[in-house]
Amino acid sequence: MAMSKTSSQFSAGRTRLIKDRAARFGVTLGGGLVLIALLLIFFYLLYVVLPIFKSASIEEGERYAIPGSQAETILLGMEARAEVGYRVTADGRFTFFHLRTLDSERQGGEVLLESNLANTAADVTAVARASQATGDYAVGFDDGSALVIRPEFQITYPNDVRSIEPSLTKPYGEEPVVIDPQGAAIKHLAFERDGDSMMFAALTADNRIVVNRLTGRQNMMTRRFTWSSQGAEIPVRGAVGELLLTPNLRQLMVQVNGSGDQRVHIFNLQDMNDISESQIISTDGSRGAITSLALLAGESSLMIGHDSGYISQWFEVSGDGERQFQPIRSFNLEAPVADIVPEQYRRSFYAVAATGEVGIYHTTSQRELFKGSPAGVAIEQVAVGPRANYLAGISDGELHIMVLNNEHPEVSWSGIWGQVWYENYDEPGYTWQSTSGSDSFEPKFSLVPISFGTIKAAFYAMLIAVPIGLAAAVYTAYFMTPALRKVVKPTIEIMEALPTVILGFLAGLWLAPLIENQLPGFIAFMLLLPLSILLAAFAWHLMPKNIRNKVTDGRAAMLLIPVVLLVGWGSFAMSSTLELWFFEGDTRGYLTNTLGIDFDQRNALIVGIAMGFAVIPTIFSIAEDAVFSVPKHLSSGSLALGATDWQTLTRVVLLTASPGIFSAVMMGLGRAVGETMIVLMATGNTPIMDWNIFEGMRTLSANIAVEMPESEVGSTHYRILFLAAFVLFVFTFAFNTVAEFVRQRLREKYSSM
Amino acid sequence: MNNWFKSGSPWIWMTAGSVSVALIAVLGLVALIAWRGLSFFWPADIYEFHFSDTERQTIIGEIYEREQIPVTRLSDAGADVSQIEGEFVTRYLVKIGNRELVPLDFTWILEPDVVSMDTPKDLVVLERARNGNFYGYLHDVLENGESVISSGDDIKVELRERMARALELRNEAEAISKGPIARINYELEQLRLDRRRLQLDNSYTEAAEAEIQAQEEALRAEYREIEQGLFAVRAESERDGVIMIDMRGEEVRMSMNMVLNATWANDMNLLQKWGYFFSQIGKFLTEDPRESNTEGGVFPAIFGTVFMVLLMSVIVTPFGVIAAIYLHEYAGKNSVTKLIRIAVINLAGVPSIVYGVFGLGFFVYMVGGTLDQIFYPESLPNPTFGTPGVLWSALTLAILTLPVVIVSTEEGLSRIPSAVREGSLALGATKAETIWRIILPMASPAIMTGLILAVARAAGEVAPLMLVGVVKSAPALPVDGNFPYLHLDRKFMHLGFHIYDVGFQSPNVEAARPLVYATSFLLITVIVGLNLTAIGVRNRLREKFRALEH
Repeated sequence: MAMSKTSSQFSAGRTRLIKDRAARFGVTLGGGLVLIALLLIFFYLLYVVLPIFKSASIEEGERYAIPGSQAETILLGMEARAEVGYRVTADGRFTFFHLRTLDSERQGGEVLLESNLANTAADVTAVARASQATGDYAVGFDDGSALVIRPEFQITYPNDVRSIEPSLTKPYGEEPVVIDPQGAAIKHLAFERDGDSMMFAALTADNRIVVNRLTGRQNMMTRRFTWSSQGAEIPVRGAVGELLLTPNLRQLMVQVNGSGDQRVHIFNLQDMNDISESQIISTDGSRGAITSLALLAGESSLMIGHDSGYISQWFEVSGDGERQFQPIRSFNLEAPVADIVPEQYRRSFYAVAATGEVGIYHTTSQRELFKGSPAGVAIEQVAVGPRANYLAGISDGELHIMVLNNEHPEVSWSGIWGQVWYENYDEPGYTWQSTSGSDSFEPKFSLVPISFGTIKAAFYAMLIAVPIGLAAAVYTAYFMTPALRKVVKPTIEIMEALPTVILGFLAGLWLAPLIENQLPGFIAFMLLLPLSILLAAFAWHLMPKNIRNKVTDGRAAMLLIPVVLLVGWGSFAMSSTLELWFFEGDTRGYLTNTLGIDFDQRNALIVGIAMGFAVIPTIFSIAEDAVFSVPKHLSSGSLALGATDWQTLTRVVLLTASPGIFSAVMMGLGRAVGETMIVLMATGNTPIMDWNIFEGMRTLSANIAVEMPESEVGSTHYRILFLAAFVLFVFTFAFNTVAEFVRQRLREKYSSM
Repeated sequence: MNNWFKSGSPWIWMTAGSVSVALIAVLGLVALIAWRGLSFFWPADIYEFHFSDTERQTIIGEIYEREQIPVTRLSDAGADVSQIEGEFVTRYLVKIGNRELVPLDFTWILEPDVVSMDTPKDLVVLERARNGNFYGYLHDVLENGESVISSGDDIKVELRERMARALELRNEAEAISKGPIARINYELEQLRLDRRRLQLDNSYTEAAEAEIQAQEEALRAEYREIEQGLFAVRAESERDGVIMIDMRGEEVRMSMNMVLNATWANDMNLLQKWGYFFSQIGKFLTEDPRESNTEGGVFPAIFGTVFMVLLMSVIVTPFGVIAAIYLHEYAGKNSVTKLIRIAVINLAGVPSIVYGVFGLGFFVYMVGGTLDQIFYPESLPNPTFGTPGVLWSALTLAILTLPVVIVSTEEGLSRIPSAVREGSLALGATKAETIWRIILPMASPAIMTGLILAVARAAGEVAPLMLVGVVKSAPALPVDGNFPYLHLDRKFMHLGFHIYDVGFQSPNVEAARPLVYATSFLLITVIVGLNLTAIGVRNRLREKFRALEH
């Protein structure tokens, strides 16, 4: 019979076997997918987050002979897309050129447009950049005059190809303005415009500081400006170096190199007739001579570079009733600082060393992003693209165009988790403020306040959920009659299924106003409830035995429902009376004015209650299982030895179930930490750091929900939000894994009992 | 007393008290939402308040809330309290509607100020397509601006007839603009994309151009024709009008096509009130929202929720079941299995917003962005799949609910006695055949349970959806009559998000609050219903296998 197997049967068997193998393979793969999904989430989040901690890098691009005039380069710059560059040379020529090779017709280094700056034969001796978005420059001549120029770029699309057409305009008149009436050459120049005023500050060749304020009126018809000028001369001792003006035209900073002391004088220019010195910053002589000054984007930070390579940041901090410049933080280039070039929008700056090295730094995050010779070239002079994606450096008669990768300088590990001293703040602190209307805003990415908010919300939620959840679990598992347990357990567990958006909505729109109006009642309820339960228990204890035997301890929960309802109703009904007695009829006002406690309508108490109720079923369910699965012979043994129910519970059952209970609390904590909708709806979402139960908070999850839809893909803000999600992921991963391990061990322990 | 404390009985009672609190919380919550949600549909009495201060104008409206406040708070706020006796005073929040005529459609009234509160039988509430409810007296019914009837009992009948006519025309107009006009716009957009696609392929010839132009021309001609019809219907619907007298005693004229419903709430008997109640519920479930979601129904949100959840079920079921089969039937006792179990537990515990962030970054921008570049280059830079949509929402929630399906299926598998497996294997079936023919059919109720629980979870989840596809108001449903009928790239509305949006983002939260309660009640009914079903299925399954074991 065995021999009668035909080959077709064999092949059928083989197909079945192959099918079986295929199924095994497919199912194993499917099982592995779960692991892959988790790893994918982890690594994808990490993949998005990691670039924010990357340093800057510089790649070599093109190089070509400096286009245009062969005279010394006074100014080097480029437009936003880094396609067109421009130069001002000492002989008064202005040159536009192709910065990069775009196609065969547009070769890098090719001159696009060349012109004389002014009709004079004067040489250009100084240049100053204005901070306004229009990109104005002022150039100073050797005859004591200055001219404002504006490189403009018009984008056109001939034949569907984008091309940029540069032009040089002189927005405030064709002719140079006389800055120094004595006609001395301008050595250093500062220029700013604010509204209808503009101001020049110049250091002349004979070491005088001349300040000139021009107030202009534009003729409506001819669109020409007429300027009325107001000049002043500021006396200084010592050799003057660079000058800086603030864009509000109120302060002039002057670098003075004395013998042995290095100073920056700050002058108040608000009244041109009475220019006063408001502060002298003197720096330590050991740092070497001051070699460079610069104002960072936003124009409130002053950067001072020294001969020793030391670069310090200063900004105004109020103290003793006036605002004074204070040293905030410092960087070290480790080579003499020749020039400091600030970035246009961010708090990054580029320090050029006399040795040809370049350092890239960011002040807020206090990061050194790059240091060294970019692409191995010793740089003499550098220009940074407005979008900080290209560098142009002059080295040995050639222009080097370099690609700059510096996407996320604003963030550092210490900036996220440590105290940071932000501009216009009086002290270092933890602040989350990711966006603002203005371009030159300093973003404040500290995850500390929102992590604190997460912990605060979870803490108050656990404060409510842990006692109620655990006590209910213990009672249900250990005391309750089986019939009742069958109903009660699923009822409480169904709470877990309630959408949190509904809990959040009720908390925000129903509970928050209710508690605000009835706070005394609520406090009374919290105090009276345990008392009245004890009282009810005692009253029951005094009842005749035959009644008591009808309702055992196993049904006490049912018996207490009317008690709880009554106490609740009573407390809230007398809330107004209590308010009149204890809180002068206005609890909120009393809290704020008399006790000095701030009160928000949507506060941590509301979140605690709402999220507590969301967490109770999680804790209840796991803890109940743990207590219920404690082997019966343990508790029976204890009872047989004469212990009371309560003694058995606390000394035997709870101890045995403690890992399960711990696991329940961890799971609950995990849920409370990650919950989004309740905190989003039941708090004011203000990122403050205060344990006050009557104030709100902002949590990591709510922060993501609020800000993620508005963040630009790939921006630092976007990545920081991913970091917040990553932190949440790791938090909950840790809680859940620990809880799971504990539960596994518990299971093994019981299976041996 | 001391003995009693020593016995531990008080502490037992304290734990019992926790159970009571938890029970009251659950049941109270559901009851509160049910009460507030359902009372939204009940026809409320309309009151006419007359004041002791004769200068003060009469107020007509529904009482929204009553509360007791201490007199001191009033006096602190600067009110004159000399006339009020006692420490507390009743305050009413009254909805007075007539939004276009008054600055605020809610007002507070102090009880002592009121001389009389009447419920005149001829007070009428008009539900309107714009500006919310109108409260007042019916004065005149107009046709082409001429009075048709202005008194007598027949005026109600006349109003109802003309209202029904206007409503029908209104619906007709809406059907035209949602039907043919939407289709033509869609087809025109497709033609634009066709042209762009040809251009990108460098195969845009004059013949192709001519063909596309001809089609466009035909569509535009059709459009003009339909538009004429639409204008005619609209003009026709504006024929009738109504004049009302509002609480200021002034005549207010409005077009009949603005009036959706007229209710003489004070003149209804109990049966009529129940009828009204159910018809309002019906409208709530089937109509589109109006007035930026604060009025009307929630149909698109129901549709969006159901559609997304169905899509998610299709994705999550096979993966969840396969993973469960692996864990229970194939996996050995090794570290990989342990890792997978930890992965399942963690997937269940990771906060939902993290899934949202992952879905947004990975599915929407990475996968969706790539799909767009490969398959939809013609519509770039407008993203097709590279933007939040219903497909990505379903995928994100599928990962989120995967552990639910796995855990439930695995539990079902573990309840199947091993004798069944061994019997099948002994009869010569391979493992795959055993699972496919024997185990899976037996476990199907457990799979069903898992799926129901997953659906319940997904239906209530909001946070991740806010990032990956939900919007407050979607212009079109993800399913319509235009090829390819299913539009998985579209954004959708969701009941949970509707609650958040209307409750917290709408300009008139007070007016929208009843609607939020009603939506919450709907959502809670669905979710609790699903959960109870799942529990029921699971219990039946347990009973069945208990019988098998003995």
